[in-house]
Amino acid sequence: MTLVKETAQASKIASDKKSEMATRIRASFQQLLAFASLLALVVFFSVASENFYQAGNLSNILLSTVVTGLLALGTTFVIITGGIDLSIGTGMTLCSVMTAWFMTQLGFPMILGVLAGVAFGALIGSVNGFFVAVLKIPSFIATLAMMMVAAGLALVISGTKPIYTNEVAGFQKIFALGKSIPGLVIPNAVFILFAAAIIAGLILSKTVLGRYTYSIGSNEQATALSGVNVTKWTVLIYTLAGSFTGLAGVIATARLNSAQPAGGMGLELQAIAAVVIGGTSLQGGKGSIIGTVIGALIMSVLTNGLTLMSIPQEWQQVAVGVVIILAVYLDMMRRKKTAK
Amino acid sequence: MSNHLLRMSGVNKSFPGVKALSEMQLDLGYNEVLALVGENGAGKSTLMKLLSGIYVPDSGKFEIDGEEVVIAGTKHAQELGISIIHQEFNLMQDLTVAQNIYIGREPRVAGLFLSERRLNRKAQFLFDKINIDLDPKARVGDLTVAKQQMVEIAKALSYKSRILIMDEPTAALNDAEVATLHELIRNFTNEKTGVIYISHRMDELKAISNRISVIRDGEYIDTVDTAETTMAEVINLMVGREISGNQRPEAISHANDVVLKVTGLCTKDLLENVSFELHKGEILGFAGLMGAGRTEVARALVGADRISSGTIELNGNPVTIGNPAVAANLGLGYLSEDRKHLGLMLERDVKDNIALSSLKMFSRMGVLDNRAMKATATEYIDKLRIKTPSSAQAAKNLSGGNQQKIAIAKWLVKDCDILIFDEPTRGIDVGAKEEIYALLNDLAAQGKSIIMISSELPEVLRLSHRIAVMCEGRLTGFLSNAEANQVNIMALATQNVEDATASNPASAQR
Repeated sequence: MTLVKETAQASKIASDKKSEMATRIRASFQQLLAFASLLALVVFFSVASENFYQAGNLSNILLSTVVTGLLALGTTFVIITGGIDLSIGTGMTLCSVMTAWFMTQLGFPMILGVLAGVAFGALIGSVNGFFVAVLKIPSFIATLAMMMVAAGLALVISGTKPIYTNEVAGFQKIFALGKSIPGLVIPNAVFILFAAAIIAGLILSKTVLGRYTYSIGSNEQATALSGVNVTKWTVLIYTLAGSFTGLAGVIATARLNSAQPAGGMGLELQAIAAVVIGGTSLQGGKGSIIGTVIGALIMSVLTNGLTLMSIPQEWQQVAVGVVIILAVYLDMMRRKKTAK
Repeated sequence: MSNHLLRMSGVNKSFPGVKALSEMQLDLGYNEVLALVGENGAGKSTLMKLLSGIYVPDSGKFEIDGEEVVIAGTKHAQELGISIIHQEFNLMQDLTVAQNIYIGREPRVAGLFLSERRLNRKAQFLFDKINIDLDPKARVGDLTVAKQQMVEIAKALSYKSRILIMDEPTAALNDAEVATLHELIRNFTNEKTGVIYISHRMDELKAISNRISVIRDGEYIDTVDTAETTMAEVINLMVGREISGNQRPEAISHANDVVLKVTGLCTKDLLENVSFELHKGEILGFAGLMGAGRTEVARALVGADRISSGTIELNGNPVTIGNPAVAANLGLGYLSEDRKHLGLMLERDVKDNIALSSLKMFSRMGVLDNRAMKATATEYIDKLRIKTPSSAQAAKNLSGGNQQKIAIAKWLVKDCDILIFDEPTRGIDVGAKEEIYALLNDLAAQGKSIIMISSELPEVLRLSHRIAVMCEGRLTGFLSNAEANQVNIMALATQNVEDATASNPASAQR
């Protein structure tokens, strides 16, 4: 009798394991699909242009991914909650200006300047979070307003002129272009992006904050009724997202060894595109960091490859638009299938 | 120790312009299932929200185990042992079962990190204890409605609740699932716990409750012992007037024209060889368990789902219906079971909703004639006795019954001769149900033909001239009203596929 029960239980466990495997495989399929498209693009451009598959060019691609990639990481959190953050582009610019300002005007030592830059991003994020969670302003509106405020402040604080950080010894080398690993042509900024991605991934999948990010995006009201302080966590999530914006600003400054106060507008849309290509749903509740990283890489591989093929920039934009539609449509088809 | 697990008295609650509860009282004994009934708008939801700490009462006394308590917020209510299962599920579709149950209380490592393994083990332990079959790792969005209901219940029980409040827990369950739910409730109740059970389904109250408390218009009416009371008495208490009971429709003359003839209807996913005829002035009921394919028949008929084979004839002419717009133009109107999402524009006013399907009638060169729309809306508000201050009232502010009437009006304006009602009285209270029934009968008497899909057998029996029963995508039989009863309908509804193929041709001939 007990034996029968035990075998039954054992087989139940086995079948549970099986179904778990199936779910995992299904879940990783999206990543697989995105990853496969990335590989396909790389193969295509390697064939189409002999200059593409060169260490120097690949390193360039990675370097050009860093800023949008960092922005996309932060905004992945916001999008999973069902919100949107339009302020990350000009927010990044403002953080860049602030970093340079802290270092040159206030004479912050490098590390302190970097931390202050990141913290300033977190501050922008927390203000966004306050508008969205406490004042209940729709995230689209709140962050649209912040986008304009940040763009203006960057110009005001910099006096509309670039702020150069040449005097800050080692800043560009350590936080952007230096190559710390001998024999590899990959600059430090790329390692910073990957480190940030790993941290973001861990936060999203392994921490309470990550769990509530999904939960709020899935059903905010239910989360609140379950005794979770949704207001507090939403502010924290936007703050976290903002700190990635801050980091992006720091790296952008280091790379150019200057803060350029006029740019940034439009970067938010590229970051959002990367997130969406990576399979994160704008409805909230679904998404992953690895998807976002792949999405960001797809965007820069595409731009780089098309440039090497001498495709004019206006056509590159068309291509990116087509890719976004394709990626989202394929993802929808896949979801429909798995739902059945 | 007190005789009452929970007791409230003299509870008042007002909202701007409305007195929601007035001198409300209620008591729940130990080891008891107390049914709470009342028409929509009677104040049940307000009462529940007070108990679960979402609202604060204007005045009144709450006691648990004889000790006075003040419920301060949802978290405090949970700490007091009060758990509520809302009518609309409060689940996160994208999270797993275990994640849903322990949201806000997840086992943590170092205060910040999650332990998925401990979480799943905890959930499995809970399921074993309360004896329900759920996979902690399954994504909630992938579960059936019944399983999701189980998740809600498991979640409520995980709070070590002593007072469980269930708001229409069976609204979306079939009979077998209802039985499982009742089993769970019986397992839950003991000398330390009790359940408040809200339901519109009278037959259920008999099965599960010890006593029934009736409220009406925010006031306490009476509490009766279930065993000593007939359901007719309870209904009379609820509505405060007599409701005519069990009259059944006369058989419709089969000499009447066949307005709709469906032959061999199949869809890729579910339907197999569905054939039936609908006569002029007939109400054809569709019965069957959840998932039997009744809604799918309706959707296939109006072109919302693609037909893989089969023919549809309207008044003798074969038709191809590619989408619901074509169906509407052919005079075939479908009233969805999901009024709120698929039937109405809740934010728009009554007039706009009524005119929506017939905008062509109310426009010249694309410009809308608001005055004509208003006149028509007013006419139907009158005709169908829709309770609304004016045609400019937003649909969301009306009760379920009146919203349903708007949806009906929409198709009447469009001059549809065939109306398909999917669960026409879901979420509608007893009094309003009667009005919808009367309306359906009137429509049939005026020569409209009606297909009525319903999960409530008494409703099917009460209204249908003929009843088609479905099981697993097939029609398993037809019953005339005279011969139909709950037993033979359920027999057909649970008939498995092999039996069905044997008996279907015979019964379909009728």
